[in-house]
Amino acid sequence: MYPPRFNYESPKSLAEAISLLTAGGGEAKVLAGGQSLVPMLKLRFASPEMLVDINNIPGLNYVRRDADGSIHIGALCRHEDLEKSEVIAEHQPTIAAAAPLVADPIVRTRGTFVGSVCHADPQGDWSATMIALDGHIVAQGPNGKRNIPARDFVTGPFQNALAFDEIAIEAVIPAPKGDVHGGYLKLERRVGDFATAAVAVAVETSGGKVIRAGIALTGVGGRTINANVAADSLVGSALTIESIARAGELAAAAAEPRSDHRGSASYKRHIVSTFLTRILNNISESTVKAA
Amino acid sequence: MALDEIKIGGMGASRRRVEDNRFIRGKGNYVDDIVLPAMLHMEILRSPMAHARIKSIDVSKAWEIPGVRLVLTGEMLAARNLAWMPTLSYDTQAVMAMDKVRFQGQEVAAVIADDPYIAKDACEAIRVEYEALPVIVNPMQAMAPGAALIRDDKENQTDNKVFDWEVGDRAGTDKAFAEADLISKIELHYPRSHPSPIETCGSIADFDRATGKLTVYMTTQAPHIIRAAVAMVAELPEHMIRIVSPDLGGGFGNKVPVYPGYVISILASILTERPVKWIEDKTGNLISTGFGRDVYLQGELAVRKDGKMLGVRMHTISDHGAFFADAQPSKFKIGLMHSAFACYDIPVAHLTATGTYTNKAPGGVAYRCSFRVTEAMFFQERMVQAAADDLGMDQAEFRRINFVKDDDFPHRTAYGFLTDSGQYGKCLDVGLEAIDYKNFLVQKEEAKKRGRLLGIGISTMTEPLGAGNSREYDILGIKMFDSAELRVHMSGKAILRTGAKSQGQGHETTWAQIVAHELGIPADDIVVEEGDTDTAPFGMGTYASRSTPVAGAAVAMVSRKIRAKARKIAAHLLEVSEEDVEWELGRFYVRSSPDRGVTIQDCAMAAYSNMPDGMEPGLENNAYYDPPNLTWPFACYISTVEVDPETGVWDVLKVVAVDDCGVRINPMIVEGQIMGGLTEAYAMASMQFITYDVEGNCVGSNYMDYLLPTAWETPGFELHEVVTPCPHHPIGAKGIGECATVGGPASFVNAVMDALRGTGVRNIDMPLLADRVYEAIQTGKDISGAPPIKTEE
Repeated sequence: MYPPRFNYESPKSLAEAISLLTAGGGEAKVLAGGQSLVPMLKLRFASPEMLVDINNIPGLNYVRRDADGSIHIGALCRHEDLEKSEVIAEHQPTIAAAAPLVADPIVRTRGTFVGSVCHADPQGDWSATMIALDGHIVAQGPNGKRNIPARDFVTGPFQNALAFDEIAIEAVIPAPKGDVHGGYLKLERRVGDFATAAVAVAVETSGGKVIRAGIALTGVGGRTINANVAADSLVGSALTIESIARAGELAAAAAEPRSDHRGSASYKRHIVSTFLTRILNNISESTVKAA
Repeated sequence: MALDEIKIGGMGASRRRVEDNRFIRGKGNYVDDIVLPAMLHMEILRSPMAHARIKSIDVSKAWEIPGVRLVLTGEMLAARNLAWMPTLSYDTQAVMAMDKVRFQGQEVAAVIADDPYIAKDACEAIRVEYEALPVIVNPMQAMAPGAALIRDDKENQTDNKVFDWEVGDRAGTDKAFAEADLISKIELHYPRSHPSPIETCGSIADFDRATGKLTVYMTTQAPHIIRAAVAMVAELPEHMIRIVSPDLGGGFGNKVPVYPGYVISILASILTERPVKWIEDKTGNLISTGFGRDVYLQGELAVRKDGKMLGVRMHTISDHGAFFADAQPSKFKIGLMHSAFACYDIPVAHLTATGTYTNKAPGGVAYRCSFRVTEAMFFQERMVQAAADDLGMDQAEFRRINFVKDDDFPHRTAYGFLTDSGQYGKCLDVGLEAIDYKNFLVQKEEAKKRGRLLGIGISTMTEPLGAGNSREYDILGIKMFDSAELRVHMSGKAILRTGAKSQGQGHETTWAQIVAHELGIPADDIVVEEGDTDTAPFGMGTYASRSTPVAGAAVAMVSRKIRAKARKIAAHLLEVSEEDVEWELGRFYVRSSPDRGVTIQDCAMAAYSNMPDGMEPGLENNAYYDPPNLTWPFACYISTVEVDPETGVWDVLKVVAVDDCGVRINPMIVEGQIMGGLTEAYAMASMQFITYDVEGNCVGSNYMDYLLPTAWETPGFELHEVVTPCPHHPIGAKGIGECATVGGPASFVNAVMDALRGTGVRNIDMPLLADRVYEAIQTGKDISGAPPIKTEE
């Protein structure tokens, strides 16, 4: 397949990249892992005038945990880096559960976490984890940096809150205030298929009670769904069979699925509540064990 | 001292594939690797509509783009009498649409330009005005009263029917059914799928005005048939056409038909007098080229209380798309569907078949099977399973009591085929033991008490491979024999050419092994060439598992001709009479004095330097082989699964395959074939299908929608073998390339249905996607037909 003509730029610094985007006036597109953008170019679904390849900008490829417990993921951190990260394995169960489920192993070696969030595909996995974790995106533009909460970052299908001259340079997961629990379950027809439905869960507990919860849903709406009503219903008490079932119902109600070749809307809702129940049951068992 | 056959890479050696030396180094030579001087590039504009009248085509903007050399439309083809071409099934197919488009993806225009980017840009600049017509996407719609007429181009075509066809004994079958204790009925759909080789179709046409010769490098499994077809369509003399099929990145039946793209590239080269390359993109391949399956069945099996099968009735309704472009022998309108039930001893059977046109891509090809035997065996094994369940009889036992017995061969099947060999009961036993059948049944019952759904599925079948014998099998009138030509050089090294064409089967490796077996020339000393019609002997190509049964037999026969001549030379060298010469692998010796001998290499040298008086020099020959019968391999596939009732997701626990393909030339390659076939079988059962929405949009036009299983979800396979040599094949081999694709799907579906037994669900049509399985469990009802694009909410 043959993409339309475009210019290619490979800046060596963020400042240079931002000035290229500014000059591009909205017709330029940032290339990081390219795992969504390049297929779109080849299918001629996208026809930017310029690609700004940020792969040669130093200092963007990292995942680290700061002293305060916050986790920082740089713009060039690949899915596979997270899958193999000891920091993530030890401290961030939601990300750890999702990492091996993103696309397929080949895509994971190249695609980036931040790029995936920016792509704002309603069926992308990482947006759901970011919303569940109440994370934020650090955007840098000609006038400096700003933080955009994940829940506000995605503005619609394939649309995000970045200005045309801004680059998302980092994703931040805030420091937890209690014990960290989480999970991610996805139903896909085949590895690399878009999710039929997926559920991201992040729960913090203290003294056996839930002190914070985040739930977000992949693939069951025109954008990643923030199932905050379901999540809020868990806060303030221990996880019980009843509270888990209630959250499952609320999350299914929050979903906005459409019937398509991946299944009927009612099936997708059922999967949402089934998967949420499975994740919360696991968390419940592990908190009981810990206690 | 005869040679060690395994050491020289003869029969039974798991010799490493010689072609892989170049494939794994990226040194394969595919059509798209070929670059000719001054070559132009072609891109095809395809219809976005499934059924629409073309009101106008405006190509003026395309011509304005610098680098565009030619823009072709149907009108321009019509002016040269090339707008329509014959299909392999005696129908006609539009090379480019003129009056109307009849399926989404149909060829509407083509641009030839300096590079493929320009050609693509120019295609996008062409404006086509369509007027939508009613769309027909399945046979039921096609046959409904008042349905829009798809083939209004054909005289005397007043409806959307392609054919009515029947075979078997109607009256006898009726009588058997009247006497049955039980009639088991089931309706099934084998969904449309696509062979989807990794390499798409493509061609480079190079017409040389000075010599009048047309050379076409192209992706074809059957170069000689293509040469005949091109001679017909392009009205060029056959000796002025050279078809070259270089390395192929898979075929699976997809590269048998003649596609419009090939024809358009040939015309473009004639008009521009430059080589024109056309490489189809993945979507073009999936939406426009030869599909597989898409057949509905109404099946009935008449049985006696004790389990004896008394008769079979089958009615198939098939969807051929907009043009009847199936690739199959002329006599059999629904391929070899009537090979169903060949492994069972059944007195009578009757099959009726109706074919229909729809607004879908044409070309029912034998997707890794011998002309619709995949559907036949799937239907058979689902019907058998349903009948066993209806009888309340153990599924293994039901099969066993109905098998044709080992000493009943040759056996005439109820539909008229002649099977000649097999050990069906033994294969089943090996399979049952490998899967630990009795234990699994106990486990299954115990798991059920804990709410877990386990299931076991069996599929046993024999299928007709190796079309064919010339009495019954032809394509466009050309009999289905095959050929080999062997030249032994004076050093004893050799070159072998055949009329077959490998697409990954490993002919370069295995053909040399047959020669090694027959002549004792080490396989490494033999180079194998195929695919160039200027050099290869005439053959019908590679599909329908026919290469080893037909071309492979020709290789053995030509080797024997060489050996016969070498024997005369040996007698001359040994100074004895020919009757006193004995053969052992690689060497002739004097019977009375075994130490006195000459090697095959000695004879080769003598053929060029010291031949007997009066003997024609040289050591080369050819053989054309017309098989006396098809070969009948047998297979038993058994799968166990667990179904998650909460999600409908099912996991394969174990798969056991027992294949009897007669004598195995290269066991490693045979095992590779079986594993590949089982992977495709699992694919059919679980996810791989193409469907259409009500507007005729193809759902499955790229690898995000058309699901091929990856290594991740493909289960492991445990392989076993039983060997019953083919009685008529020179080396006792039977076809194997397609057994697992053919027999495998039913084992998976039967296993899931077994797990669901007791829920009221008797059938879920493939693919058994999780949402369909869940819906069946929830509703307790069967799920029929291709997965629809649901519109709920």
